[in-house]
Amino acid sequence: MEEDNIIEVRDLEHTFNGFAAVRGISFTVRRGEIFSFLGPNGAGKSTTINILTTLLPLQKGTVRVAGYDVAREPGRVRESIGIVFQDDVLDRDLTVRETMEFHGRLYAIPRDERRRRIDDLLRVVELGSKRDERTKNLSGGMKRRLQIARGLMTRPEVLFLDEPTQGLDPQTRMRMWEYIRQVNGAGTTIFLTTHYMDEADMLSDRISIIDHGKIVVSGTPGELKNTLGEDVVYLETADDMKARESLRGVGEIQSITESPRGLSITISADGSHCLPRIVDAVRGAGIGISSVNLKKPTMDDVFVYYTGRELRDEGA
Amino acid sequence: MTAMAWEFLTVYWREMIRFVRFRTQLLSSLLQPALWMAFFGVAMSSNFNRFTSAIPAPAGIVPVDYLTFMAAGVIAMTTLFTSLFGGISLLFDKNWGLMREMLASPMPRTHIMLGVSLSGMTKSFIQVAIIMAFGLLLGVEFFPGFSATQIALSVLGIFVFVGVFSLGFLLFSSTISMRLESPEGLQGIITLLTLPLFFVSNALYPIQAFPPLLQALSIYNPLTHLVSGVRYFALGNDFFAVGARYSYTTTDVLVSFGYLAVFAAVMYLLARRTFEKAVVT
Repeated sequence: MEEDNIIEVRDLEHTFNGFAAVRGISFTVRRGEIFSFLGPNGAGKSTTINILTTLLPLQKGTVRVAGYDVAREPGRVRESIGIVFQDDVLDRDLTVRETMEFHGRLYAIPRDERRRRIDDLLRVVELGSKRDERTKNLSGGMKRRLQIARGLMTRPEVLFLDEPTQGLDPQTRMRMWEYIRQVNGAGTTIFLTTHYMDEADMLSDRISIIDHGKIVVSGTPGELKNTLGEDVVYLETADDMKARESLRGVGEIQSITESPRGLSITISADGSHCLPRIVDAVRGAGIGISSVNLKKPTMDDVFVYYTGRELRDEGA
Repeated sequence: MTAMAWEFLTVYWREMIRFVRFRTQLLSSLLQPALWMAFFGVAMSSNFNRFTSAIPAPAGIVPVDYLTFMAAGVIAMTTLFTSLFGGISLLFDKNWGLMREMLASPMPRTHIMLGVSLSGMTKSFIQVAIIMAFGLLLGVEFFPGFSATQIALSVLGIFVFVGVFSLGFLLFSSTISMRLESPEGLQGIITLLTLPLFFVSNALYPIQAFPPLLQALSIYNPLTHLVSGVRYFALGNDFFAVGARYSYTTTDVLVSFGYLAVFAAVMYLLARRTFEKAVVT
């Protein structure tokens, strides 16, 4: 196994009662990156995560996590990973401290070390003042933060985050992103699933999209958006005909279509670099511009393009 | 890992926190045996004592009144109920997703059932202590003519019997809980089991008067062996109650204990198999 890959999945297949949930997928996650695993409901996402985290037995293929084979050394894998489950997996009647304590003891972390880590982590996720509060009295964001703190308690090499911001308000989501970046910055590899394309776009170093049990595309957010094709500039001018003429010399332009609302200019390269030259060319010809708009493909576009579906909220 | 693993104590710790914090569960588990003694025990004993006073105890044998006789049965019954329900927290863990935290941790899976069983056993010990203390108030005459040392040893003996019996049924309950989806299912199975276990035993009345088939069945009933053990330690090896003479040899008691130990061992193997193969996602 390559040193740089903390997760290696090769030809993974999984079947439930004759239904092939995962149909031969392969991918790698590099040490230290934030990797997003996206897919519509029933695409095979959960099955894959459950196999990677040893909750489901491996049927076919090879999966190595943190250098250990999930089938042969599940105990080692379990010691190397942290998991933040999708729904709030908290014992309602335990306090914040007890929740952490329980987790640390499951992993046999010695007492003094355990207490130190609990104090540190609760401070990081700003729950220090809630340590003796029962978890049922926490807000949604606090619960999620507590689970992240819990997932980090064992200093895992990989942290699995299953829908970490689902159901949270926008401010709390942005705070969660900060925590995730902070954790990643400290050296923990992040394996993320999410329904929010902006989240995947913003956080991930690399993304794989799974559908119908197969990986349909992998790459950096930029690469994925670029595969969708070109940026489009929308231009409204005083004279669209003349403006069109004036743009002949701009090399990156692929095509121009006229509409009553103005010109749609498709660009083969990065639109944000080309846009100033378009404006210069039109202005240079003495034509007034009344409006400029640049549209780049979003991760939503990418997702819909590859899966043919909009992501819907699984919890809804 | 070469070091002894103590993680089951973590599960035990959490189970006990839950036990103390679920106020209604705590209260009902402590009140239920006392209520049995106070109502059923007192009502039945006035009746039984009337019927059985016609049969005098043979000379030299300790006569035991019905309330004292059935107190051992209440100890056994309470242990049975508590143990059969003991696995239910696993069902809740499973349904609320909490089980995944434990299954995805490096803790050996057998520790989940060991922790839950140990806590169930503790609950039974607390209940048994309450029954014995409350029994004293109602006039239960345990340990007749025993010295302080004998009483201490007898209490220990009762707890050992209760412990091994509850272990068997807790492991059984854990196995069922891991295989079921709903608490209602467990409830149904428990109801189905408790009736024959409770009534085809010597908990409330002597088995000597049973028809042959029931008598044969009662000998294979673990509850019968628990009751015998408790009575041996609480009432001595030769006493007379409900018109029948009870005498236990050391061998009888060891056989009863052995039977319960084998039962617990079989349940352990069954539970371990279930836990090692369990898939909860």
